[in-house]
Amino acid sequence: MAGLDFEPALAAALTRHVQGITSVGKLTRLSGGASQETFAFDAHTASGTLPLILRRAPGGSRDGGSGQGTALATEARAITAARACGVKAPEVVYVLTPQDGVGDGYVMERVEGETLARKILRDKEFDAVRPKLAYQCGQAMAQIHQADASQVPELRLVTGPQQLAEYYERYRAYDLPKPVFEMAFAWLKPRIKEPKRTVMVHGDFRHGNIMISPKTGLAAVLDWEIVHRGDPLEDLSWICINAWRFGVTGKVVGGFGDVPEMLAGYRDAGGDAYTVEDVRTWEVMGSLKWGIMCMGMYEVFRTGYDRSVERAAIGRRSSENEIDLVNLLIG
Amino acid sequence: MMDKPTLAEIITAAREFLENKAMPELTGRTAFHARVAANALAIAEREITIGPAAAEAEHARLTLLLNRHGTLEELNAALCARISSGDMDLDTPGLAEHLRLTTIDKVRIDQPNYSGLKTALAREDRGAAV
Repeated sequence: MAGLDFEPALAAALTRHVQGITSVGKLTRLSGGASQETFAFDAHTASGTLPLILRRAPGGSRDGGSGQGTALATEARAITAARACGVKAPEVVYVLTPQDGVGDGYVMERVEGETLARKILRDKEFDAVRPKLAYQCGQAMAQIHQADASQVPELRLVTGPQQLAEYYERYRAYDLPKPVFEMAFAWLKPRIKEPKRTVMVHGDFRHGNIMISPKTGLAAVLDWEIVHRGDPLEDLSWICINAWRFGVTGKVVGGFGDVPEMLAGYRDAGGDAYTVEDVRTWEVMGSLKWGIMCMGMYEVFRTGYDRSVERAAIGRRSSENEIDLVNLLIG
Repeated sequence: MMDKPTLAEIITAAREFLENKAMPELTGRTAFHARVAANALAIAEREITIGPAAAEAEHARLTLLLNRHGTLEELNAALCARISSGDMDLDTPGLAEHLRLTTIDKVRIDQPNYSGLKTALAREDRGAAV
């Protein structure tokens, strides 16, 4: 299959550098976007088969960690630092080097579990674990925030006020005045403060990036693509925005739990004490950010970079965030 | 000048083709994109139906709020400038209500099934009952 011609190079790298691996097979592309490609494959050892994942830069290119994303080698180091604090995340098995000829990227273990919000929120098999998830997510975020960021010195620091200013600049560049967004920016400006503490932030902690087991609940935190340093409230609030509740509006945390449960898990795992109000202020920030990202999808369509109907349609989802902001700010 | 079928009827026909004829024969990414395309056409149908009255009401509210004339684009840009400068905020009489009504109309066109719209409409009903 075209595009998988790097399998021999991948096999050579892994058999040379990872003890116990004798061969690889079943390389299958799972997804690919502008920023990363993901492949599943099996590695064979004397004692059995290891299910693995390869994440690499598109087309096997050299990845500079451009734009919002983090370089893949940095992402791998951030996952390792998080795991050292007890975070359930796939173990990084190998980080590719230029000599391997596969492109920039890394290999990690392939974990089992569900990432589809609709199943997690509605299927019977998750009934038992669903009430625990908000607490478990709080614990996981506390652990992520305890990671030793000095292990990953290249992580970019983005504080709340800085992020607000950057998003305002993006919004203004789109030149599409939206009074609700303008109001949210004005409302947030005096309320989004410098962080009390600067920590390693996952940056995209939400459905799709958390893997749930019907037996144990939170099984893995995935997709560390925009990991950075910043305010703990950025992670604590992002999973609370209405977009990630998938219709279960009354359960603020991901449609499965309440903010006090999440904050209790956060504190019990050694995190700072935050209030429901702190999270709500940052929830406004989250909805605004997602709304501006939707505007960005339209921009990608308008400028001709991606003419898909999907890109165009997502542009119209900006108004979902406008109504969420109206509900938050006006009530 | 108005020919038949109307613009709305033509778009409905195209959407129904996608939903009833094309989608059952498609698989994978193409089936997914056909669904997205059908949803996009449904947005267009709703905008044709609801849009003109919504825009007219928005324009009337903006004219009153800003006490000036202009196109919808000009008035929205002017409103944004006044919010940004701090000249107008949520305590400005009529502004919160304008933002609420305008956004409700937008989402009725864009994503009528979105949970946030139900929340906003439920609050409006409650407000009206008080």
